Amino acid sequence: MTMRIDAGVKPVEGSSPIGKRLAAIVGSPFNAALSLSVAILLAVVGWQFLRWAVIDATWTGGAEACKTHTGACWPFLRVNARLMFFGVYPEWALWRAEVSLALIVAVIIASMAPWAWGWPLALGWVATPAVVCLLMSGVLTSTPVATNDWGGAPLTLLVWMIAFAGSFVVAIPLALARRSRLGGLRTAAVVAIELIRAVPMLVTLYVSRFIVPMMAPGLEINLFVSVEAALVLFVASYLAEILRAGFQALPSGQFEAAQALGLSYFRAVQLVLLPQALRAVIPALVNLGIGLLLSTPLIAVIGMTDFLSAVRVAAAQEQEWPRCYTVAYLFAGGVFFSVCFAASRYSRWLEKRLRAAGHS
Amino acid sequence: MGHTIHPSYQRPAVEFVGVHKWYGGFHVLKDIHLHVGAGERVVVCGPSGSGKSTLIRCVNRLEEHQRGVLRVHGVELTSSPVQNGRVRQDVGMVFQQFNLFPHLTVLQNCTLAPIWARKLPRGEAEAQALALLEKVRIADQAHKYPGELSGGQQQRVAIARALGTNPKVMLFDEPTSALDPEMVKEVLDTMTALAADGMTMIVVTHEMGFARRVADRVVFMDCGEIVEVDAPDAFFTAPRHERARQFLGQLLH
Repeated sequence: MTMRIDAGVKPVEGSSPIGKRLAAIVGSPFNAALSLSVAILLAVVGWQFLRWAVIDATWTGGAEACKTHTGACWPFLRVNARLMFFGVYPEWALWRAEVSLALIVAVIIASMAPWAWGWPLALGWVATPAVVCLLMSGVLTSTPVATNDWGGAPLTLLVWMIAFAGSFVVAIPLALARRSRLGGLRTAAVVAIELIRAVPMLVTLYVSRFIVPMMAPGLEINLFVSVEAALVLFVASYLAEILRAGFQALPSGQFEAAQALGLSYFRAVQLVLLPQALRAVIPALVNLGIGLLLSTPLIAVIGMTDFLSAVRVAAAQEQEWPRCYTVAYLFAGGVFFSVCFAASRYSRWLEKRLRAAGHS
Repeated sequence: MGHTIHPSYQRPAVEFVGVHKWYGGFHVLKDIHLHVGAGERVVVCGPSGSGKSTLIRCVNRLEEHQRGVLRVHGVELTSSPVQNGRVRQDVGMVFQQFNLFPHLTVLQNCTLAPIWARKLPRGEAEAQALALLEKVRIADQAHKYPGELSGGQQQRVAIARALGTNPKVMLFDEPTSALDPEMVKEVLDTMTALAADGMTMIVVTHEMGFARRVADRVVFMDCGEIVEVDAPDAFFTAPRHERARQFLGQLLH
């Protein structure tokens, strides 16, 4: 029996994994030509990059050493690390920004462990931004720092964290209203969601920063508040649709069983529907989180020094550090890529784990 | 017919008085009169689409009736959510598809309603849930997730979960229809044991053996009407209506 099965799938030439790949690369004259030109292109580009990044690069010393080489100026990153990570946040209070960054990163990492999911963690998501805001602004000390001076990675992550957490607060009621049997409520939710989704994030930011204060004269709106309000509404309109899909994926029997047990509508949502709906849409949630992180540089256009604009400020020191744009942006790209790549690997791991545990 | 309680039971548990229900233009329940006594076991049968599931889903108001009066232990079902919440704790329900909560363990499934609807302390709720799981002989699986259990085991957990609110009436909506044949018996045995404890039960099922052994009365429905209400012996040996005869004939073949 085994013999016969083996004989049936005995690899003919080119059907082994390596053989197949080889066939795809040089299988026909056209393929061979295509492969060759791609290989040449890669070699040329790769060689250029290698020359710039390694052979002609400056590895030690400072700004002066860089001026003698044509390649990458790696000392730029070491010397400008503070500026790129923390922006124009005053140096004498730098520890506040450092502690803030560490706090936010710690909460995000803790959130990645399924066994940590619970009320303490939810509390952490509410408390951390509050603590970080207090810390960064220094209102409890004698030396406050204006929100305009906040910058760099802590600002990017803080903006991201508040927008992401806040969007759940808005999106869950929106998604439920969208599925409500009450026609008026449903229509209002649909209009709100479609209206915000139909507008680019940049416009939402402009409206929140410039139009809303014009419509409410005399009302002083903090820059930080108007940015967060715009981001929360924007992200919530997408999140509401994701959650709606999650709710829709649940069999109707789940809600009926909760009702039959005498649970109120809100308890049924909180204990039965929402946990399952969230699990069902985890990949979409991670995608949304990544998308939001990659959109945060937009807040620079209304005057916030996020991580990317801090990098740009560092790169713009033409006098002292000429030709350092490439190194600076490569670094920024590397940071964004590492975070997002890790997030996407995490999402795949989480999906597998939840399936294996029989949760879904 | 259904207008009076079975002579062996004194107090009414569930009373349908002239109940009508429509789905849009479709008249799904027509002038239902049925009085189920406290402690009585009623089996509801009939061809599919006859309205039998709708009938019992009205008792805990998963479906609303549009005309007539429906009372559970004297409390009339209205559109008041508070009152319905109370009635639902008095009425347990077991579904064809079990409808266990897949993200919670067996034990958590059984303590959810006691903790959040009955406001029992967690320890007490867990002790009670374990006792109920013991009763349906599945306490050893308390910390597994529903997805790790067989269909028959899941349905027994669903019965234990429904008992967790201390219901006075239990509704069963085709509890064995989604089960593999070899698992039907364990669920029916659990239901029989429950009947022996004196639970009021309304059971929609095609298990005629169960109906014969356990039911006080059999209700036969067709096209949204109650056609015949009779003791099981009388119903199975000499149904009075042609439609009931046809239905039983099809079951036997």
